[in-house]
Amino acid sequence: MPDPSYPDDLLYHAEHDWARVEGEQATLGITWYAQDQLGEVVFFETPEVGRQVRKDEPYAEVESVKAVSDVISPLSGVVVAVNDSLKDQPETINEDPYGEGWLVKIKLSDPSEGDALMKADAYEATLQ
Amino acid sequence: MNGRWFTASADDELTIYERSRGGRRAFVPPELDVPKRALDQLLAPELRRSEPPRLPELSEPEIVRHYNRLSKRNFDLDTGFYPLGSCTMKHNPKLHERVAALPGHSKLHPLQDPAHAQGALELMWRLQQELADVAGLPHVSLQPSAGSHGELAGVLLTRAYHEDHGERRTKVLTPDTAHGTNPATVTMGGYEVVKVGTDKRGNVDLDDLRAKATDEVACLMLTNPSTVGLFEEGIEEIAHIVHGVGATLYYDGANLNAIMGISRPGDMGFDIVHFNLHKSFTQPHGGGGPGAGPIAVSDRIEPYLPRPQVVRREPAEGDGAAPFYDLDHDRPKSIGRLRGFQGNYGVFVRSYAYIRSLGAAGLREVSEVAVLNANYLLARLKGEGLAQYLPAAYDRICMHEFVLSGAPMKRELQIRTLDLAKRLLDHGVHPPTVYFPLIVDEALLIEPTETESKETLDRFVEVVADILREARDDPSVAQNAPYTTPVRRLDEAGAARRPVVRQPM
Repeated sequence: MPDPSYPDDLLYHAEHDWARVEGEQATLGITWYAQDQLGEVVFFETPEVGRQVRKDEPYAEVESVKAVSDVISPLSGVVVAVNDSLKDQPETINEDPYGEGWLVKIKLSDPSEGDALMKADAYEATLQ
Repeated sequence: MNGRWFTASADDELTIYERSRGGRRAFVPPELDVPKRALDQLLAPELRRSEPPRLPELSEPEIVRHYNRLSKRNFDLDTGFYPLGSCTMKHNPKLHERVAALPGHSKLHPLQDPAHAQGALELMWRLQQELADVAGLPHVSLQPSAGSHGELAGVLLTRAYHEDHGERRTKVLTPDTAHGTNPATVTMGGYEVVKVGTDKRGNVDLDDLRAKATDEVACLMLTNPSTVGLFEEGIEEIAHIVHGVGATLYYDGANLNAIMGISRPGDMGFDIVHFNLHKSFTQPHGGGGPGAGPIAVSDRIEPYLPRPQVVRREPAEGDGAAPFYDLDHDRPKSIGRLRGFQGNYGVFVRSYAYIRSLGAAGLREVSEVAVLNANYLLARLKGEGLAQYLPAAYDRICMHEFVLSGAPMKRELQIRTLDLAKRLLDHGVHPPTVYFPLIVDEALLIEPTETESKETLDRFVEVVADILREARDDPSVAQNAPYTTPVRRLDEAGAARRPVVRQPM
């Protein structure tokens, strides 16, 4: 398990999700804190490409040895790619939550929504 | 012959199929005393097997030893303290086994005509009356076979009630502390789950409830005392809000052990209640036997109860006959059958024996002592350098169970709630419920029950203190526990990711 970290280049949602915005697209995932709370992830139910996701609403489920939890989308848009490797290796979400453990990529429908998300230091402060 | 053949405690007991040897028998049928007939005269070809079933073939001593060895590896209530929160692992009096084993109970055929099963039907009818008294609601069905089955019955009754009144509601509210079966049942019943928050004192957040209680809401499913072991202080207001929008109020009976004979769900405003006879009324459970989840309902829900209902038909006046206990199938608005036959009858016998042994005053004392034991244990765990690592989630008088948070322990001693739970096993204690309720970080939900002595509770506190002391010196001991059990720490993630679900035969 990696040490706690909250990279500066990401935007954060209070439900412990991150977004890496690149132009009109964003990559989404869950934070180190979220994977630590969940414990070992055993299943990630991937949404379908083309599915609409809305800010603050669940778009996928992640199952750990403790519980099944909703994954909340930090931004709105349409799913353009899903991380298929998580089907066989969901533990990647624990091992590399900001890298190989990304969940989906979306095409943003309203890039200005990112203004409402937190920077790393603000998010980290909510965890104290 | 391999080394596993004689082992009694190693972690590699062979399966019953691996022990099978063709032609061995544990039973010799008596000689045939009726005319022999060929198989093709008895069964049509399409009903016959093309080859014999692959059943294990063993002698009686082999079977006895195999299962006896397995049973010794089990952790059970007859072996040690089992404070599994919300599961009410109380002692199951042995008298109940004697009564349930009486041939009139154990040998009764479920298809027996009611006229020849009057005793059993009377017992069921009387149990219905007793449960109605405990719930404070007049009508009971014994059919559901588990708590979750009772919940499903409740949701189906709610649906039938609204549809009968020309309404199609779409949502069911559950607190965010609810047992996982609540949202699962709601989804299975075709409703959308809407979660209601919990306030700082551990009660249902009334403002959140008011905001979410609309005329689309069919029902609020509530556990009281809640899964954090607290009595809902706003229960009257909750009932008022829920009934105000025309919804039903459902009582999850998992925690009934705290209030029997003291307060009644019906008086609180609940329309539908399920009981867990295997928890509150002493049916061995948790892998030890079948459960039963009867439901009690108010007058307005009664027409929809499952079919058939056990009823008592009074004799015509003055003819001196005894009342007749019957199965009433004539229930046109019923949600129908929930299972084959009439429910898990053996559970009814045990529960009836329990209620009649204790009487009303005894049942009340059960709840009083259950609450006393929990508060004693909580008070002891608040002292002696424990509370700094395992603080109570809510600083209130608890009911029959309470929640601690292992978050400071994880932060300061580097052992998680899971590690503490596993280390308890080495001390001969079954772990409490862990990581539930979900709203408390690193939660432990502890329910000692009324049947444990002060000495047992004191010993539990000492064991927890020992484990914390040990973790201060070396957290790796707890992190790698258990050491003394038939199997060591299991790879739960691996079991979920790569399950092996087929047994080669």
